[in-house]
Amino acid sequence: MKTELTDEQLAHKEAFRRFVDEEVVPYAREHDLEERLNPAVIDKVIEKGYLGSMIPTKFGGTGMDMVTLGILNEEIGRGCASLRCLLTVHGMLALAILRWGTQQQRTDYLPRLAKGEILGAFALSEPNVGSDAKSVETTAVLDGDEYVLTGTKKWITMGQIADLFLIIAKCEGQPTAFLVERERPGFCTKAMKGLLGTRATMIAELHMDNCRIPKENIIGRVGTGLTHVGLSCLDYGRYTVAWGCVGTAQAAFEASVAYARDRQQFGAPLSDNQLIRKMISEMTVNIKAARQLCYHAGYLKEVGDPDTIMETWVAKYYASTMVTKVTSDAVQIFGGNGCLDQYPVERYFRDAKINEIIEGSTQMHEILIASHIFKTM
Amino acid sequence: MENAIKAKVKKFLSRFFKSQEIADDQDIFSLGFVNSLFAMQLVLFLEKEFDIMVDTEDLDLENFRTIDLITSFVEKKQA
Ligand SMILES: Cc1cc2nc3c(=O)[nH]c(=O)nc-3n(C[C@H](O)[C@H](O)[C@H](O)COP(=O)(O)OP(=O)(O)OC[C@H]3O[C@@H](n4cnc5c(N)ncnc54)[C@H](O)[C@@H]3O)c2cc1C
Repeated sequence: MKTELTDEQLAHKEAFRRFVDEEVVPYAREHDLEERLNPAVIDKVIEKGYLGSMIPTKFGGTGMDMVTLGILNEEIGRGCASLRCLLTVHGMLALAILRWGTQQQRTDYLPRLAKGEILGAFALSEPNVGSDAKSVETTAVLDGDEYVLTGTKKWITMGQIADLFLIIAKCEGQPTAFLVERERPGFCTKAMKGLLGTRATMIAELHMDNCRIPKENIIGRVGTGLTHVGLSCLDYGRYTVAWGCVGTAQAAFEASVAYARDRQQFGAPLSDNQLIRKMISEMTVNIKAARQLCYHAGYLKEVGDPDTIMETWVAKYYASTMVTKVTSDAVQIFGGNGCLDQYPVERYFRDAKINEIIEGSTQMHEILIASHIFKTM
Repeated sequence: MENAIKAKVKKFLSRFFKSQEIADDQDIFSLGFVNSLFAMQLVLFLEKEFDIMVDTEDLDLENFRTIDLITSFVEKKQA
């Protein structure tokens, strides 16, 4: 058994780190304060081909292996959690098309998604439906050669700027996935403001009022919107979110170590205190543990092992609860300065909490992990 | 000798149906054990184990409902 990165993966990690330090970190505070991503930063991400990281080269993507893709998400998450969410939702849509789309849909959309000519988003949640995803109220009715969609989606990450949406709607009473382009008549978005964390994820409500789409816009078959399409998307979503948590935690950890060394109280640096050292030790160990769980899930994905789905739940659960603790301790180490937006740790703390809600809340993970154990042990 | 495909499918399913002996023609979806996680794990297992690709048009319950049906689905895809 070998658990080390290849030379190529290490070189990628270096390159991602440099990119993030130079092009992402300087904008993270602005993103948070202005509740929007700077378009120039998105352009840089596109230029690097990162929006095609999950798309195979034959469709114009960079076709990264799952571990390298994880490292990319860790590094971008270290710089700006909001920007990292773009990789998640764009990838969820791209993978739905890649995995369950028709050849026509693949050639129509994947090259443009890979080049960042169009941005993707994933729309499942609604005003009345969150954890209980199968109860979506949006409907799709076949009328001749078209599906007619009616309903409202809420909380849709990148909903303000995405061009193409994967919509989960009830068709013949069963959850089904559809592609909807922004310009379809009857479709409109309404920006949502005031998020606790990942404030620049540009979330929106989507309104569909007799929105007609060609019947070819279905992804998968009627009834497979959650079981197959949604599950593939959410598995990738959870995987990248878990990596993003490791990145945000790493940022909080590095800031904490530097601050504890620098800040003097009682005539000595904070780092001389055992109580501070305990927090640093716990951060060190818990971040490493989360990263290992992510590597393991990524490895299983790379070899196509069915256990990857469950191991991704485990990694996301651990990483998201870990990052709320690590960032909370970082605020503690910074004291008053940890509560002020002149320092980044209060942003890490706010960003961290979002991860316990999205892609299945902490409680949904607890329910699923335990029920899987009782079923299979 | 039992079909090699069938043996592998049975071994995989035994992880989910531990305490239960399933007949080759028994409807596994009616046993109340399966959820969307299982449906996708089954797809991943079949793709990896038998080097096939499960496409959208294959997502028909009639391909996956019993051990016999899964076995003939794999045979059909490999042909
Ligand atoms: C920043 C942000 C971005 C998002 N982006 C997207 C997106 O791009 N696309 C999308 O479709 N959705 C998105 N969402 C929505 C997100 O997926 C939902 O918020 C999430 O699924 C939880 O649903 P809910 O908010 O309706 O909470 P609810 O389902 O109402 O749950 C509320 C609380 O009750 C708990 N709970 C619920 N049921 C149970 C139970 N049976 N047992 C124990 N506890 C339970 C939950 O864990 C939670 O703590 C986003 C949300 C946020 C905050």
